Amino acid sequence: MSATTQDAVQHHDHHGPEKGLKRWIFTTNHKDIGTLYLLFALIMLFVGGAMSLVIRAELFQPGLQFVNPDFFNQMTTLHALVMVFGMIMPAFAGFANWMIPLMIGAPDMALPRLNNWSFWLLPFAIIMLAMTLFLPGGAPAAGWTLYPPLVLQTGDAFPFMVFSIHLLGISSIMAAINIIVTILNMRAPGMSLLKMPLFVWSWLITAYLLIAVMPVLAGGVTMLLTDQFFGTSFFQAAGGGDPVLFQHIFWFFGHPEVYIIILPAFGIISHVIPTFSRKPLFGHDSMVFATGSIAFLSFIVWAHHMFTVGMPLAGQLFFMMATMLIAVPTGVKVFNWIATMWKGAITFETPMLFALAFIVQFTFGGFTGLMLAIAPADFQYHDSYFVVAHFHYVLVNGALYGAFAGVFYWLPKMTGHMYNDKLSKIYFWISTFFINVTFFPQHFLGLAGMPRRIPDYATQFTDFNAMSSIGAFGFGLSQLLLVYIVIKTIKGGEKATGEVWEEAQGLEWTVSSPPEYHSFETAPDIK
Amino acid sequence: MDQAQAKYYVPHGTHWPIIGSIGLFILFVGASVQLNGGDIGMWMLLAGAAVVIFMTYGWFGTVIAESEASTYNDQVDKSFRMGMMWFIFSEVMFFACFFGVLFYARTLSLPWLGGEGNNFFTNLLLWEGFENTWPSNGPGEIGGDYQTMPAWGLPAINTAILLTSGVTLTIANHALKAANRAVLSWFLFLTFALGFAFIGLQAYEYAHAFNDLNLTLSSGIYGSTFFMLTGFHGLHVTLGAIMLVVIWLRCLKGHFTPARHFAFEGVAWYWHFVDVVWLGLFIFVYWM
Repeated sequence: MSATTQDAVQHHDHHGPEKGLKRWIFTTNHKDIGTLYLLFALIMLFVGGAMSLVIRAELFQPGLQFVNPDFFNQMTTLHALVMVFGMIMPAFAGFANWMIPLMIGAPDMALPRLNNWSFWLLPFAIIMLAMTLFLPGGAPAAGWTLYPPLVLQTGDAFPFMVFSIHLLGISSIMAAINIIVTILNMRAPGMSLLKMPLFVWSWLITAYLLIAVMPVLAGGVTMLLTDQFFGTSFFQAAGGGDPVLFQHIFWFFGHPEVYIIILPAFGIISHVIPTFSRKPLFGHDSMVFATGSIAFLSFIVWAHHMFTVGMPLAGQLFFMMATMLIAVPTGVKVFNWIATMWKGAITFETPMLFALAFIVQFTFGGFTGLMLAIAPADFQYHDSYFVVAHFHYVLVNGALYGAFAGVFYWLPKMTGHMYNDKLSKIYFWISTFFINVTFFPQHFLGLAGMPRRIPDYATQFTDFNAMSSIGAFGFGLSQLLLVYIVIKTIKGGEKATGEVWEEAQGLEWTVSSPPEYHSFETAPDIK
Repeated sequence: MDQAQAKYYVPHGTHWPIIGSIGLFILFVGASVQLNGGDIGMWMLLAGAAVVIFMTYGWFGTVIAESEASTYNDQVDKSFRMGMMWFIFSEVMFFACFFGVLFYARTLSLPWLGGEGNNFFTNLLLWEGFENTWPSNGPGEIGGDYQTMPAWGLPAINTAILLTSGVTLTIANHALKAANRAVLSWFLFLTFALGFAFIGLQAYEYAHAFNDLNLTLSSGIYGSTFFMLTGFHGLHVTLGAIMLVVIWLRCLKGHFTPARHFAFEGVAWYWHFVDVVWLGLFIFVYWM
């Protein structure tokens, strides 16, 4: 244990980061780990994005052009798994690592070693998932929802997929435990819970959701594994089980999961809007309670994903009503953001543009969600492109835009440099144009009856599909601009002040840009 | 421990997580290869497990040494406590999933297969003559004839053993707080001895189920839920018992003080958690 005592001694001298690769592999620093998460998410944005472009290329015209249907299905499945677990969740986890300790005045995350492990499980999990592409039978192709009995037809990829999900789950649970403990135990004296910034609040609730539902998914995929290899009958009617049972388990995880993805975006927007409106957030406490209500409701609405499987009428009514109830706290949030802007001195820097686009587009996605919540109407929309349009509006035009707002809001803080605001505004407009060209026509396709997850379609769907594909390639290519802006800002540019944005509120703006390697080693005073 | 650090201890770099990640990766790839019928799967699995055990030993060793060197202040102690509680909450949800499956099968899927609700034709056309009962191996009678495990034999004894171990652990905890080291180590010893006795009896019960009752994982939904719930519980008891041995060895080395003993309490919480899960199992899997 001599290494250990050395560790303890080293603690006293405050030297900076290690040199080279060792810094990133062995780091326990919340800023380093946050950076790793964010870079990983950026890479995965391109990996998952490339898969979606395979899908859109195939769907540009009717008929089969580029890939066979099985590979198409592998792409839809991997695209979803990579984007959900590899891209958007790590992106927000990266912001959480960077910003939560700064926002609450903590020296680091509460459990720094565990923090390193939470990140370093991710690349291995994704490698495990990606290597299934090269196995006999190819990658999983039953959709990210993994419904049996279809998923049990997966080839050699099947156990790899299950264990990869276990790794992702372990990573998420450890990260969530760390975040909750940090928030509850590491706040600077004087920062009461209701004084906490909204981003911290949204992550507290998100982390709670993660700990509550990731184990349930783990249980679900474990039962898939035993059904496949050990002769159990969980999802087999002949043995007294029920394939629909898996859907219940999956969506008991899956519905809170979509709030796990969107709540941190809500948090970011709740910072960006007040900063660029130069007004404090309207209804701070009601935002907190709205977030809590959304989290609670997320546990009792899961079966709205499966209205068509045949469930008792009372069940359909309950899940329909409970789902529509979510519009209330969500409406509270949207109205609060608008009220924050009311009579504010608004300026339109890039993060504000992304935040405004977020509000418009997310609300739109929320409304289509309400349409889908109506059980009798859902019988028509179910498994159509309308659903695809809906969840991409909330996850891409919504959550990803929240993450983009975060990138442009905090990039000067993280790198110490201002980015090229003109270029990033161009990037915003190109992205926003193309993303809406991609997903807006899909509403019409779905309402006209085009089913999701198919490589070919009837000819009357051609025009909108072609539009959608053009939009997807445009959006994909415009992300190269994001990479250019980020790299350029890391390398240099106008020096950012500590405050960065005029009169920005919050502890993270009281430290220098970039912050010291170890910030808030003595807790700040909170007024 | 009295001269604990004023500042929150932030470690400076660590190599254990990456070792753990590599270990888990090899373990899971090995398990996958094994399940797919590959040749080297089991060896990879074992190698991965060895790396994970090495990592666990090293990581906890580091933390224990730091703790004994009074590196941690009260706030760090509180972080550990909160972390352990939230970890146990995640375990609660894991078991909740399997209990949910049990209740779903008993109150929904089996009655529906038997024609309840609007499922008359399901029953008539697909599973004619099937009547909903519990226990059941389903309308296909998967796995053939089997007998169930009666509650008031071994399981009742096991219940008594686990409940007693909860009491002995509490006595040990009070002894620790009262600085009575002899009582502490003896009752801790008794606790994990009872734990291992439980595991032994459970193994005996499994052998009995396989050999005499034809009750296996493939005995329909009854066998599936029975072995999944008791199996994962048994795994957790094993883990808990190993943790008890570790803190017992630490007690023998003179670790822990009446004021500072997070590891002891963390293990105790965990042990009480597996205890409570067992009560649920005894009532809903074995008894009712």
